[in-house]
Parts: sequence; structure tokens; C-alpha cells
Amino acid sequence: MEWVNAIVQGILTGGLYALFAAGLSLIFGVMRLVNIAHGDLIVGAAYVALAVISATGLNPLASLVIVVPVMAAIGYGLQFGLLNRVIGGNILPPLIVTFGLSVILQNLLLQVFSADSRKLNAGPIETDSLKIMPGLDVGYMPLLTFVAAVLIIASLQFLFYKTSMGRAFRATSDDGEIAQIMGLDNRRVFAWAMALSLAVVAVAGVFLAIRANFDPFMGPSRLIFGFEAVIIGGLGNLWGTLAGGVILGVAQGLGAQIDPGWQLLAGHVAFLIILAFRPRGLFPRID
Amino acid sequence: MQSATISRSTRASRIAAGLAVILVVALAAAPWWTSSANLRLFTEFMIYLALASSWNLLAGYAGLISVGQHAYVGFGGYLMFSCVLFLGLNPLYAIPIAGVLGGLIAIPVAFFVFRLKGPYFAIGTWVVAEVFRLSAAQMSSVGGGSGLSIPVSAMRALGSKSEREILIYLTAFALCIGAVVVIYLVLRSRIGLALTAIRDNEIASLSLGVPIGRIKLAVYVVAAAGTAMIGALIFITKLRISPDAAFSVNDWTVFVIFIVVIGGIGTMEGPIIGTLLYFVLRESLADLGAFYLMILGALAIVIMLATPNGLWGLVVKRFDFSLFPVGYRVRGLTPKSD
Amino acid sequence: MAILELDNLSKSYGALAVTQDFSLAVEPGDLVGILGPNGAGKTTLFNQITGTVTPDAGRVRFDGQDVTATDASTRCHLGIARSFQVPHPFVGMTVFENILVGASFGRGGGDPRARALKVMEQSGMSAKANVQAGALTLLDRKRLEMARALAADPKLLLLDEIAGGLTDSECVSLLDTIRKVNASGVTIIWIEHVIHALMSVAKRLVVVDFGKKVIEGAPEEVMASSAVKSIYMGEDALD
Repeated sequence: MEWVNAIVQGILTGGLYALFAAGLSLIFGVMRLVNIAHGDLIVGAAYVALAVISATGLNPLASLVIVVPVMAAIGYGLQFGLLNRVIGGNILPPLIVTFGLSVILQNLLLQVFSADSRKLNAGPIETDSLKIMPGLDVGYMPLLTFVAAVLIIASLQFLFYKTSMGRAFRATSDDGEIAQIMGLDNRRVFAWAMALSLAVVAVAGVFLAIRANFDPFMGPSRLIFGFEAVIIGGLGNLWGTLAGGVILGVAQGLGAQIDPGWQLLAGHVAFLIILAFRPRGLFPRID
Repeated sequence: MQSATISRSTRASRIAAGLAVILVVALAAAPWWTSSANLRLFTEFMIYLALASSWNLLAGYAGLISVGQHAYVGFGGYLMFSCVLFLGLNPLYAIPIAGVLGGLIAIPVAFFVFRLKGPYFAIGTWVVAEVFRLSAAQMSSVGGGSGLSIPVSAMRALGSKSEREILIYLTAFALCIGAVVVIYLVLRSRIGLALTAIRDNEIASLSLGVPIGRIKLAVYVVAAAGTAMIGALIFITKLRISPDAAFSVNDWTVFVIFIVVIGGIGTMEGPIIGTLLYFVLRESLADLGAFYLMILGALAIVIMLATPNGLWGLVVKRFDFSLFPVGYRVRGLTPKSD
Repeated sequence: MAILELDNLSKSYGALAVTQDFSLAVEPGDLVGILGPNGAGKTTLFNQITGTVTPDAGRVRFDGQDVTATDASTRCHLGIARSFQVPHPFVGMTVFENILVGASFGRGGGDPRARALKVMEQSGMSAKANVQAGALTLLDRKRLEMARALAADPKLLLLDEIAGGLTDSECVSLLDTIRKVNASGVTIIWIEHVIHALMSVAKRLVVVDFGKKVIEGAPEEVMASSAVKSIYMGEDALD
């Protein structure tokens, strides 16, 4: 039963990893940008929520009403004011610029909030759980995270394939010039994509902060988890990203079951194994 | 036509070579003209210049933008500790061993990370560094998660404190000059010619018989070997090792990337300018703590926006000369009418 | 024995079949011209011969060896070199350095620098030896394409539309070079729209349309065939 429990908890943790990954996958899909600061933005969103909560006394989940639009606005501004200048062509400038942002963000958070680890308190929902059978409890919070991940991926999927914004995303991603002929302003389309990515980041950050302690320097490992979920699932496939998150979560859960020190290592090893045998991921998009 | 010759130097480069010889001799004699505090600073300078030059070879010339070279710094450090603890070796003798094994372990690592392209390669290398760090933390024989200190007896083998400092400085000096010279020779060889061709056009390079995969692998292995040797040296100077210090992304990757990017990526001169600037900034701004790092990050961003070829790129644009020419100039041809 | 054999090559991109069941045998020392309208799949054929595109089905044999799964750089070492229709110069390198890449990594042994100097001289590019390739005119870029490929010392040279845009005298000198290269024992396959140029050197013509071989034979026979007339009806290329 311990093993079943490890797997179930791992699947649910996978929902959180899919949340880390969805925003990363989205902007790579639209503008071939890999945002090294993605993990730091997730942690940044957690601190934004912390600030909102201490100012308003809102429940962390309710604070999303403010945190999501704030992060989306930051995303729009970041893309429009900075990242649009370096994308397209050489891959080095966007990597270095987002790398620089990552360092700036970590140290800014350190300066403002100190190195102490924090946590958001969402009340009794954090500890309550659903008793499925003896030895197998499913916490409401992990369950809620997983449901949120499914809903967000379903909405992104809908947005991508059924709305005019999604058509614009797909047009710029397939061929920037054709998109321009269609009258789309690439710079604005990219800015909207980044806004959307950071809206997802906001949700990821708040869920992360309710479930675990966070500090200014935990961004890079969130980036890595998200990245691994994207690659395991297959580039450009949002449902694949969810599957990738779940596989990562389960691998970590099983690793921890063997030895707590192996939790993270087991996740990375699972990623490397999949990379070795299925370099395009388990569910590559066919096009 | 028989009179055509190929020249590989310029007047600027010959003057620079002369000055470089004087500088190298002066630096080699540094223990006899400077204080012990300065000597430690010089040691660190040599270490960073060597790290930056290796990363520049990898990213600037081979297009392999790794953000996981701290894997090899830590690997070298732990290898040196293992040699000292389990084999009773003189720590300095562990440096060449770290080079050989660092190069060897880079081959299976490349098997994985070379499957990822461009920016994904970058993050993939970071994952590998994490795997190294977590593995080191699992090894209780080298101190597990909390690390350990080098046995006093091992350091005594290197002589008194001041003798040690001189020995370590000269080793750092040799590694650094060695790295710069090796990289320069690689760039002037046919591998360098291939790297420039690949950077300009991969398809055309392949069609002319350039074995791109093998060349990139060779560069990756060489950079890993060099980085592991420097890693071994770094932890001889630090006397203590722990997974977080050995595999620190900030110390061994972030700073190194910023140094190269600010100085000028893809040039031999860039890492030198960048390392000089880095030390000037650090010595004058270190009191600012977190702000110092923010300034460094912002500087890297500004350089990417304003002059992606770095500070040395500005110099080249204005004066068009190179201290380390790698090209070929054909001289003595009689101009033809068409 | 044929130096190059293509057996039933097929390649599709989605629903678009760019090469359909294409077979061809080329004897050593031959000079084969390939004709066909734009979009007929001629360049894709070259890509499959050189190894930058892998066919969906069929085999490529070169010099008695199955090279279907061999990568492009190894095929070059074996003796296949090409020029690109849209020139792909190494823009940051000089003309000499461009040629030196071919001489250093192609099939050739010996001293790459001496070889590069010789090929540069033969291609009439010596005067521009130290000019950055990025600063060359289109014409010089095309010349450089051929010089680089020759520097690789190929047994089989693939030329992709190198005569377009040349003046008459330039064309004469190009044809002269091609004849000399061929006479020195290099097998050549040449895709060209400038038909009179192709006709004056080709020993055999192959016509390609919709990824298929339409007709193959002696140049005069092929040009007189009804298949060619129907393909080129109303096209300017038949001047």
C-alpha cells in the first residue's frame, strides 16, 4: 500500500509540475523562446501573493484574482519592452537575457523578502484529505492542484485551437511572415503569449507556495522540473506536458519511497532514460 | 602564382605577441614581486580566466551553450578529494587525473545532452549538473550532503603556507596560460576552421565533409577536461568541499557566462577583458551584496541588447584588428584582370 | 559499374510527393544534365544523393557502396560534392578560407592549403582571395560554390543551377571549366534551366517532372521528344 500511495501522491504532484511546465511550453510553442527565468517568475508570483495576502488578508486561493492579472501584466510588459528585442535568429541573446533576469529576480527577492523561507496559509483545506481506503489518503490541496492543472491545460488547448487568439499564436509560430501578411503584429502576439504564460505561472506560484516552503533561490529547480515535464511529454503537446509532469512526479515519489535522498535524483534519471530512448518525448506532436 | 604565400598573423598580432610574452614572464614572476594577498587574487583571476576561456570555446565557437559546466568543476573538486583521501595522492597530482576522467565522463553525458538542441541543450546540461550534485550528496565517503575538509597532512605535503600559495599560484598560472594557448591552437587548426564554417552555415559544412557531430563532441570533451582540472585546483585553494559549493551554478556558471558575454563571446580577447572587468567590479562593488549580482545581471542584459559581441566587439568594430588572429591571408598573388 | 545508382527513391512532405519511385544509373566519367520545371523535385533529388535529406523509400548506391543511411559529411569523404542553387557561402570567412574548408575536409589528401590555392586559381577567384564571402556578388558566390566543391576533390560533382544570370562570355568560361573538370575524370550531374549551356556539354539528359523521371537519353533525342515539348510548352526556358 505504501507503494500505491507513493504512486498516487506522485501523480498528484505531477499536476504541480505540469503547472510549472505549461507556461514554458506555451511560449516555446509560439516564439521558440526558452525562458530561463521561468522558475524565478513562479517564485516571484508566490511572493506577489504573499504581499497581496499580507495587505488584504485574502485567502491565498482568493488572492489569485489579483496575482494572475498582475503577473500577466508583468509578462506583457517584459515581452514588449525587453524580450521582443532579442528573439528571432541567434539563440544566445534570449538565453543570456532571461538568464540575467533570473539572477536579478533572485537577488531582488532576497533583498526585499530576505532569505527566510515562507509559506502561504490556505486554512484547513491544506491538511484535510479524502480517505480512499486504509493507508491511502488523498489531500484536498494536491487534488485541487491536479484539477487546476487539468483545467488550465484544457483551457489552453481550447484557446490554442478554437479562438482567434489561438489562431494568431499558431500563425506566428508557424511562419512569422505569413502572420504579418494576415495583419498580425508579431510583437503584440508575443506579448500576449507571455502574458498568458505568466498568468499560468501565477497559478503555479500560488499552489507551490501553499504546498511547500519557498525562498528566493528555489526558482531554478522549478524551471528544471517544468523543462523535464515538457521534454518527457514531447515538445508542443500540452496534454503530453501533463503526462510528463505525472511521470516526473511518480518517479520522484517512487525514488523517495526507496530512500528520501533519491527523490530528486529519481526524477532526473527518469528524464534521462526517456531522453535516451525517446529523444522527442513520449508524445511528440505530429506535424 | 608560385609566389603565393599564406600568412596567419597581422602586425597588431605580432606586437601583441611580443607584449604577451613580456606579460606572461612578469606574471610567472609574480610571487617575487607582489604580496601574498595579491597572489591569492591573481590565482582567482587565473581560475576565472581559464573557466571563461573554456566556456567561450564551447558556446562562442562550437555553439554549444551549456549552463551546466559547474558539473565538471564539482566533478574535478570531488575527484581531487577522492584522490587525496583514498589514494593518499599529492593534491596537485590529482589535477591531470581530473582532466582525463572529466573528459571521459563527458562522453556519456554528451550521449544524453546532444539529443537536445539549442536552448534545450542548455537546460539539459543544467539537469546533468543537478544529477552530479545530488549524486555527490549521496556519497557518504566524501562527506555526503554536508561535505568535508581536506586533511591537514595532505596540505602539508605542499610545504609551508607561503610555499603553498606560490605553488598554487604557479599551478593556476600554468593551467590558465595552458588553456588559452590550447584553445588558440585549436582555433588555428582545421578544427577551428570547421567551427567557423559550422557557425556560418551547417548545411554547407556538412556537404563539404565537415563531421559536425564529431567536432562538437571533441570540443565538448576538451572543455569538460579543462573545466574539471580547474575544478580540482579550485578546491585545493578552498580546502573544503560540499555539494552546494562544488556544484554552485552561481559561482562556476553564472559568473563565467557573464564574464564572457560582457567581454565578447566568440573572441579570444573577450574572456580576458571580461575577467578583468569582473574583478574590478567585484573589488569595488562587493559590499553591495545582492545589488552587485543584480548589476552584473543587468550589465549582461544591456550588452546583449546594445552590443551582442561584447566590449571587445566594440573595439573590433572601430579598429578592425585581432590580437589572436585565426584566419588565413593570401599574399603575393598577382592581381588578375577579372 | 555505375558510380551512382538510385533505386526507386521516394520522398514525400505530407501529401506532397517530391520524389516518386525515381531510379537512375550514372557511369563514371559521365556528364548528365537534369531538366525540369521549377518545383519538379530536382534539388530534393540532389539532397537525397548528398545525404541532407533521407528518402522515405529506395536506395542510394555510390561507388559500389550503399550510402542510403550514410550522413552527408561521410558521403563527401567518399567523393560526393555539390554546389547549392541558393549559394551557401561561409559569410564570415574569406574566399580562400571558404575553399580551404572543402580542401581540408573533403576527400582529398595532401596539403589542403596548396590544393585550395590551386583550385582558387583554376576557378579564377584568386583576385578576391582575401575578400569576405559575405561581400561577394551573386555571380562570385556561385563561382565560390563550385570552387569549394571542387576543393573537396570529388569523384561525383553535383551542380545546381550555376549558369543562371551569367553573361555569354562568363557562360563560355564556365562551360570550359566544367568540360575540363569532367575530362579530368570527375563525373558530373548538372541541374540547369539554361538549356543551351546544358546541351553543349551534357552527354546525357534526364527530364524530371512531379518528382518522376519523364525521359532519359542522348541530349538531342530527349529535346526532340514530345514529353519535353509538352512540359516546356510556352515556357521561356526553351530559347
